Amino acid sequence: MSRPRIATVWLDGCSGCHMSLIDLDERILDIFGRADLVYGPLVDVKVFPENVDVCLVEGAVSSVDDLERIKTVRERTKTLIAFGDCAVTSNVPGMRNPIGVEPLLKRAYLENVDINPMIPNRIVPQLLPTSQPVNRFVDVDIFLPGCPPHADLIYTLLDDLLSGRTPSVAGARFGR
Amino acid sequence: MTVYTLKIDGRDVAGSEGQSIMDVAEENGIDIPGLCHLPGIHDRGACRLCVVKIGGSPRLAAACVTRIAEGMDVVAHDEELEEYRRAATEMMFLERNHVCAVCVANNHCELQELSADLGMTHFELPRISPTVDVDLSHKLFGLDHNRCILCLRCVRVCDEIEGAHVWDVMHRGLETRIQADMGVDWGDSATCTSCGKCVQVCPTGALFEKGRPVAAGTRDERPFLPWLRVHQEERGL
Repeated sequence: MSRPRIATVWLDGCSGCHMSLIDLDERILDIFGRADLVYGPLVDVKVFPENVDVCLVEGAVSSVDDLERIKTVRERTKTLIAFGDCAVTSNVPGMRNPIGVEPLLKRAYLENVDINPMIPNRIVPQLLPTSQPVNRFVDVDIFLPGCPPHADLIYTLLDDLLSGRTPSVAGARFGR
Repeated sequence: MTVYTLKIDGRDVAGSEGQSIMDVAEENGIDIPGLCHLPGIHDRGACRLCVVKIGGSPRLAAACVTRIAEGMDVVAHDEELEEYRRAATEMMFLERNHVCAVCVANNHCELQELSADLGMTHFELPRISPTVDVDLSHKLFGLDHNRCILCLRCVRVCDEIEGAHVWDVMHRGLETRIQADMGVDWGDSATCTSCGKCVQVCPTGALFEKGRPVAAGTRDERPFLPWLRVHQEERGL
């Protein structure tokens, strides 16, 4: 049997969940001794591959690009994990929701800027009207809340999945 | 005083006439969740987390405002009740803007703790994301409506213990808000004594002490609320 293929995705989040993944320390050797890391900010692969077994999705869905990516991830992934509070609840990225995109961009890029104020409209993807949790757009198989989820919880979950046990997120909760 | 015997979750327990199911459960170490309930002030059955089943009754009852009776058969924990409690908790999260990670009450929050106890990992319903105010006009304290779950502990503690009745409730439904006096900024309240009782009893980060960074938390040194204990004794609870 071929080795399980793990991917990670970074949508609208601070990368703290990925930092927590790195906090697995030497246990990262155990996990990736048993599985391949095929995509994510930690590896240099540009296109989300086919046939991914497990994908950890960090971050909320906030832009048209995030939305496109999460749909691709869902199509190509067996077990999709909403990884951390932003993916699970929209958390901090969602704090803009009551404000609205236009006033938000005006505040950030026009009102508080002295030199060359302009709202970026090229290269960066357009924001969606609100920032939403992953499960508002695609089916999520496992939710791992936490800001960020503790490395022990990440290890337990990945170890369960790689060992064919029923995955556990016991002890996970919102916040830090 | 008449003593009643009853069953809670199959356990034989006893209590005095006038006691609530919640009181008797607490005395017997049976944990029924509740966010509006706080021993020492009157119960009002606002949060519906303490709903229980009573044998022979077709509807659920809030344990904090239902008095015990002889021979009552109470179910306080089963899968269905847990589901209702999760639903109620989820709606509290979604009705306002709760962001645990950057909340003054993070790790000291009864709502956050409850969600963990109920094994809640996500929300099925969409967020409402309302635009609500933060009142920072008081010199010592702040009121963040984003975090308010309308338990009304602040209203009751200010009325029943401080005797000032600064807080009350305005509007209805999703528009319901805690208000100071007749809707003035908290800092302009003529009745507030700045005692801070409301801040101490707030289960979430809606009422908080100013000048503390998020990471420091505000509830570490929450006193044991001596004035509540005195009030409890006076009421014979």
